[in-house]
Amino acid sequence: MRSGIILFILALATAALFPAGMLLGSVDLPAEVVFGALTGRGDIDEVARIIVVETRLPAVVTSCVAGLALAVAGLLMQTAFANPLAGPSIMGISTGASLGVAVVLMAFPAMLGFWGRLATIGSAFAGAMCVMGVLTLFSSLVKSSTVLLIVGILTGYLASSAISLLNFFSTAESVHSYVLWGLGSFSGVSLGELPLFCILAIVPAALTSFYAKPLDALLLGERYASNVGVNVELTRTMLLVISGMLTATVTAWCGPVGFIGLAVPHIARMLPASKTHGFLLPATALCGAATGLLCQIISTAPALSRGVIPVNAITPLIGVPVIIYVLLRRKNLSYS
Amino acid sequence: MSNLSTHNLSAGYDAAHPVLEHLDMTLEGGHIAVLIGPNGSGKSTLLRTLSGALSPLGGEISIAGRKIDGISRRELARLMAIVTTDATLAGGLTVGETVAIGRHPYTGVFGRQSKSDRAIVAAAMEAAGIAHKARVRLAELSDGERQKVMIARAVAQQTPLLLMDEPTSFLDVGARIDTMALLRRLVDDAPGRTMSVLLSTHDIGPAYAVADDIWAVDPAKHTILTGPKATIASSGILDRPFAGRGIKFDADKGDYFAL
Repeated sequence: MRSGIILFILALATAALFPAGMLLGSVDLPAEVVFGALTGRGDIDEVARIIVVETRLPAVVTSCVAGLALAVAGLLMQTAFANPLAGPSIMGISTGASLGVAVVLMAFPAMLGFWGRLATIGSAFAGAMCVMGVLTLFSSLVKSSTVLLIVGILTGYLASSAISLLNFFSTAESVHSYVLWGLGSFSGVSLGELPLFCILAIVPAALTSFYAKPLDALLLGERYASNVGVNVELTRTMLLVISGMLTATVTAWCGPVGFIGLAVPHIARMLPASKTHGFLLPATALCGAATGLLCQIISTAPALSRGVIPVNAITPLIGVPVIIYVLLRRKNLSYS
Repeated sequence: MSNLSTHNLSAGYDAAHPVLEHLDMTLEGGHIAVLIGPNGSGKSTLLRTLSGALSPLGGEISIAGRKIDGISRRELARLMAIVTTDATLAGGLTVGETVAIGRHPYTGVFGRQSKSDRAIVAAAMEAAGIAHKARVRLAELSDGERQKVMIARAVAQQTPLLLMDEPTSFLDVGARIDTMALLRRLVDDAPGRTMSVLLSTHDIGPAYAVADDIWAVDPAKHTILTGPKATIASSGILDRPFAGRGIKFDADKGDYFAL
């Protein structure tokens, strides 16, 4: 009952951030112009229409969907690896996806359009799953979740080093475009690509509703989960593939966005409601959408004077305090 | 019909060197069997094998008269529940939510609980003496209370067989005795003497007091000797693991003592 009310409030809060995102940007547009451009009513200047419909709308929707996807990926990884500090960026999954993207960007700089995009997504997914595979292998070898975390971080460094080497042998332009992409931005999805991005991010996230029950069982550990009938290996593989897809989709378009996947599930856990996945999954999705929107708003708010702040300069400001809070209060998550 | 039986079972990780072999054991309905043996003698290996977490190296396991290989995951979950002391990430779940996980083998894809599921969960919490904490989060409980929750979870699973791997290892002496008394009550109160418990422990005293059978690991022979507790206690088998160290089992007091 209370869970339902909290989810409703979260949905309202997310919806409330939407107009703020639409109103802010590098060009100052009055609310009635933005509204007019969106609804197609009134006599709206073509330039204003393009800014609102083809620039702001995709960026705002992208920030919302990317936040949702990364947050859900983080929640799945935290439960699948039994590690409250797991997440797509900290464990190197985003970096793996970045390496995939870098290979495509540097090897085929001329490949543009739909097929270029598809190649980027495919290679981002391949990169993400390679790191996920390394982590899965190590998680079967070492019990300690801290060691696993370090392995993830180190694998991320290896992927970064490979990316740097690729940069070294590439042309200046492709390096420039790669560096910009690496700063993280929700503005990389065009209006035409927006439906594809949304489908690739939301379908896997929606699939997780079938996993709320085994995820709860996994909280008790492998043996208990297996004892209530969960096929632990298959379930874990599916969860990691879904997290990989979510991370790869967001990374391919927005760059490696840090901290959202790690921090947002903890924000959802702090809500005064159930900690079962029946609640945590939708709550994390909504909090992720709101966080993504908030990052987008902060990144464009001062834009009038100085240009846009990279998203990855903002996410740690939200993520790091949450993680420190979690580290200080670990007892709430686990017991041994 | 026995709830658990094995025929020429070998358990371990390496077929060339089984940890335990030639195991022919039965556990009848209404019985509590206590598995005793020194560290590293294979108690956990046996429990992992019996619960299906580890494949047997040879031989057969039957649960409720059916060979374990022919039982689906979901069916097995309705026949056998486990209690361990594994660390979990479930500190945020309430007692009620944790015990409800015991109903997973009976609910659908989304895990929605029916009225009867909820009644069974409530009864399980009542039986384990933890119903008054139903809305409290696991992280806020004592170790003893948490173990009662895990037992309630197993009870909610409504299985004829309960396997417990050192269920009292983190508990203080009061909670150990409480837990053992709780198991005895659960087994005796189950209608038609259908429920059995197999538990491993280092804490012989409280377990021996409630046991019907003793399963004693003989580390030298890599096997297990089973029987009613009086028979096993008087046979001298229990002295073997600590032979030469001046430690003997006292059948009257039901525990080990130095000579």
